[in-house]
Amino acid sequence: MTGKPYIRDVPRFGWFLRQPRYMRYMAREVTCLFIGAYAVVLLVALQRLAEGRQAYEAFLQALASPVSMVFHLVVLVFALYHTTSWFNVTPKAMPIQAGEDFLPGAIIVGAHYAAWLIVSVALLFLAGVF
Amino acid sequence: MSQRQIELEVLRYNPETDTEPHFQRYSVLCEDEWVVLDALNHVKATIDPTLSYRWSCHMAVCGSCGMMINGEPKLSCKAFLRDYEGVIRVEPLAHFPIQRDLVTVIDDFVTKLRRVKPYLIPKEEKSIEAGEYLQTPAELKKYKQYTLCINCMLCYAACPEYGLVPKFIGPAAISLAHRYNQDSRDGGREARQQEIAATEGVWECSFVGACSEVCPEHVDPAGALQQVKIKSTIDWYQEHLMPWRNK
Repeated sequence: MTGKPYIRDVPRFGWFLRQPRYMRYMAREVTCLFIGAYAVVLLVALQRLAEGRQAYEAFLQALASPVSMVFHLVVLVFALYHTTSWFNVTPKAMPIQAGEDFLPGAIIVGAHYAAWLIVSVALLFLAGVF
Repeated sequence: MSQRQIELEVLRYNPETDTEPHFQRYSVLCEDEWVVLDALNHVKATIDPTLSYRWSCHMAVCGSCGMMINGEPKLSCKAFLRDYEGVIRVEPLAHFPIQRDLVTVIDDFVTKLRRVKPYLIPKEEKSIEAGEYLQTPAELKKYKQYTLCINCMLCYAACPEYGLVPKFIGPAAISLAHRYNQDSRDGGREARQQEIAATEGVWECSFVGACSEVCPEHVDPAGALQQVKIKSTIDWYQEHLMPWRNK
């Protein structure tokens, strides 16, 4: 064996544009930025709440602005994509063997959606929506 | 039996004369039921005997004939020509150095496979007279899918993490370590954890999932890696928060 093996370069940037499956992965990863952005909004809300009634009410008023509405809508779409894309891969990470067979993935995914629903309803109940 | 004229574009590299690879086009009259490997064999037999590639069983068992076919990692013995239109582009498996034409250097994978100790390390040694190591069907099913791995390395060619961070132990080797960790007869998990629970092990994986999508044997390496992550995390918590459980 003579000669040198040839090493192909892997592009550092834009590698994910080569394959639709890489782009799906990047889409899932990018959604975390929006989750992070919303976490910042929640932190600001807590800070305003700590500053007193006037500060908090001004914050609530700012939330009702059109820019804030659009921001929340965009974040909601990305948060839904983030949540569902992670829920849908849970059977891979957490397979459950009952007896000899593994539970169908749909049951594990379904349990996550059910827990999401229960927690959401409980939160809305605590918030006084019902 | 119908025939079709197929245009193959094959990446060629001669380490003795070339500084970089180049594509060479072959026009081949193919039978309808042929796979890409048949077309390559036809090229080698009738047009160009210098074309180099690996293959052996022609039935998706040996794992030798993995190639990039139109950019997708495939076993060329399982890639039917009838599923492709236009020019079929054949390249060596991505992320591996090219030895010659479609032949890659696989030393890195073989070394990593060795590092994870992919063999049974019995929990307790038994004499031959003491009989077999018995196992229930449920215990067998717990790891059986991972035994189907044929070491074809398509998952490494599909894994962008391995492409970007070559020190990553990678999908197949970690899945095989997981296979033995899941085996009720095995007691070698601690030794394997040194390799697979390290940064170069599962923590380099960001769960793209491409490995499982391309696996010709329907093994789920992505699942195995996430399960190793969860178990390793539980290990960490047990070690740091429940010190009385440490041996």
